[in-house]
Amino acid sequence: MPVITYREALNQALAEELERDPNVVLMGEEVGQFNGAYKVTEGLLARFGPKRVMDTPISEAGFIGLGIGASMLGVRPVMELMFWSFYSVAFDQILNNAANVRYMSGGLINVPIVIRGPANGGTNVGATHSHTPENICAAHPGVKVVCPATPYDAKGLLKSAIRDNDPVFFMENTILYNDRGEVPAEEYLIPLGSADVKRPGTDLTIVAHGRAVVHSLKAAELLQAEHDVSVEVVDLRSIRPLDEETILASVRKTHRVLLVEENKPFCGVGAQLSYIIQDKAFDDLDAPIKRISALDAPQIYSKPLEDEQLPNPQRIRNTALSLL
Amino acid sequence: MRSPISKKKTASGEEKMAAPKDENGVDASGVVSPSASATINRGLNADQKIGFYRTMVRIRRFEERCLRSYQHGKIGGFLHLYIGQEAVAVGCCSVMQENDQVITAYRDHGHAIAVGMPLNPLLAELYGKATGCSKGKGGSMHYFDPSRRYWGGHGIVGGQVPLGAGLAFALKYKGLKGAALTFLGDGAVNQGAVHEAYNLAALWDLPVVFIIENNGYSMGTSQARSSAGDLARRAEGYGMAWGVCNGHDFYEVREATDKFLALAREKSKPSVLEIKTYRYRGHSVSDPDSTYRQKAEIEEYRRTKDPIQLFQSLLVAEGVLNDELIEKIDTGAHDEAENAAAFAEASPYPTVADITKDVYWEEDNPSQKKSRGRIFFD
Repeated sequence: MPVITYREALNQALAEELERDPNVVLMGEEVGQFNGAYKVTEGLLARFGPKRVMDTPISEAGFIGLGIGASMLGVRPVMELMFWSFYSVAFDQILNNAANVRYMSGGLINVPIVIRGPANGGTNVGATHSHTPENICAAHPGVKVVCPATPYDAKGLLKSAIRDNDPVFFMENTILYNDRGEVPAEEYLIPLGSADVKRPGTDLTIVAHGRAVVHSLKAAELLQAEHDVSVEVVDLRSIRPLDEETILASVRKTHRVLLVEENKPFCGVGAQLSYIIQDKAFDDLDAPIKRISALDAPQIYSKPLEDEQLPNPQRIRNTALSLL
Repeated sequence: MRSPISKKKTASGEEKMAAPKDENGVDASGVVSPSASATINRGLNADQKIGFYRTMVRIRRFEERCLRSYQHGKIGGFLHLYIGQEAVAVGCCSVMQENDQVITAYRDHGHAIAVGMPLNPLLAELYGKATGCSKGKGGSMHYFDPSRRYWGGHGIVGGQVPLGAGLAFALKYKGLKGAALTFLGDGAVNQGAVHEAYNLAALWDLPVVFIIENNGYSMGTSQARSSAGDLARRAEGYGMAWGVCNGHDFYEVREATDKFLALAREKSKPSVLEIKTYRYRGHSVSDPDSTYRQKAEIEEYRRTKDPIQLFQSLLVAEGVLNDELIEKIDTGAHDEAENAAAFAEASPYPTVADITKDVYWEEDNPSQKKSRGRIFFD
């Protein structure tokens, strides 16, 4: 099976969907001539031309809103946010218009738009460019939120997102763009809302999404090697819809749960997961649910400190041990 | 001088659309519209003119009925009435062609009626009933009818303007010859999203007409207190064509709108058209309306520039309307609005189970569902 990067996997997904459906159009800052600020869209302008791959001005409220309007008339825009951190300047368009139009129209209008881009910290760029808004976005009924952690998932989920008739917010990670993994040459789709057990185990369940999955897998190796602890790592892949069954099945198997996310803790994704687990699997728990998030402050600039602010394998290992 | 408009009060307190008389009781047949002879207006036949007049009257009667329902406690929420601005929506929408699209802000009842939405589901929507045009899920500010190319009905000032540019983008992308009539108020022109949409429309030559319905007040703040410079002239900064016209003159609205729509359809060029109009009621019904303007100002406009009375006078002078027909149209509009209220009153509310429908396309189309997992949470 070919081994490609997360970036290449996304690029393949975009190219295949542009090829498949003439209504798919890519828009964003630097996606065309510049070949993408993070090169995710590299080569697509040359291949599909300026009608399908459009550079926008730095004008997120304008071009995202334009994409939403175009989607109401049947275009399927895939909008790139150079950073998901810039969602805040398009907040009204994303979370008032895209999220609500179908509902407010009594189901008469669909908004088949994808908004994608990196949403992560850890890049030494300070608070304004390090937001992880999956929890904030997923709090809005009407939208779907996806956070892939591997090249295989990135491609299969993005293709599904583009074919989805609801607005899908697709959150990538700049640090993962160079990660490599096996991706089949033949076409495949991964349904939104399906979690994936990235590592089976028996003693403890770690539930994570995005880059926190990568850290959790490293922590699981440490725990196995150093403490002979068998950790199961569940990768959510999709925040909304959420694969409750896979989470609960793992909890019922291991009876101990650690939630890991790069988000800030207050009202984070872990808060929702904790509620669901205690509600649905209270009697299966042998220990309180624990969670690891970013330390609760705006993202710090200083690189060594930012690495401490974010979840990392050592913190995950230490908290996991306290659960056993 | 324009003649005052005589008004007979009915038992329900509404003003009857009597033929205008001046102080001496002389019919105001001296009313002229320089735009009446414009090509777009010369081609209208009597039935079409009567139809447009009727639509304006229906809007006013509908809005008056909404107000009564609100005052009677039948409906709540916000209610932004269109009374006084009728010639704008009807005039603009009257020159629409096959592929043209409409989107507007929260003062959206007039446009809904102008594009042909029936009154029953419109009033039922205000009552929050399941028979409403949005099944009671949208309310006054969120009317939609994509079958009539009407894309709302949007509550946030200026928020719909990028969507309008997007409708135009979709037309161009699909190779359809049409334009997006994107309405906004005079208060919206200071929102960043509007300027971002202007820039994109001009940059990409999108077939959109940004129509500023300037009723003089952004809520309770007059144009002089909220906006620097001329509103439509801001288009120059983006290299867009622009114009200003009077919103009380139905023929003039048609002529101006048609000109800019043609520019959009034929040359795929965006433009800004400012239509000067006036609202008789407050920003919303809870607006005391006395803190920022004098009653005399409203009365003066109503007396000299009421769009329905002016169009009526023109049509009487043209021999298209007569007292009998005026009465018939008015009674018909009144009855239609009353029937709509009865329909709304008698309609059922949505059920609790309906609350979580129409959120996701996929949930409402389970046979085509591809996603897994859980999408709703209690």
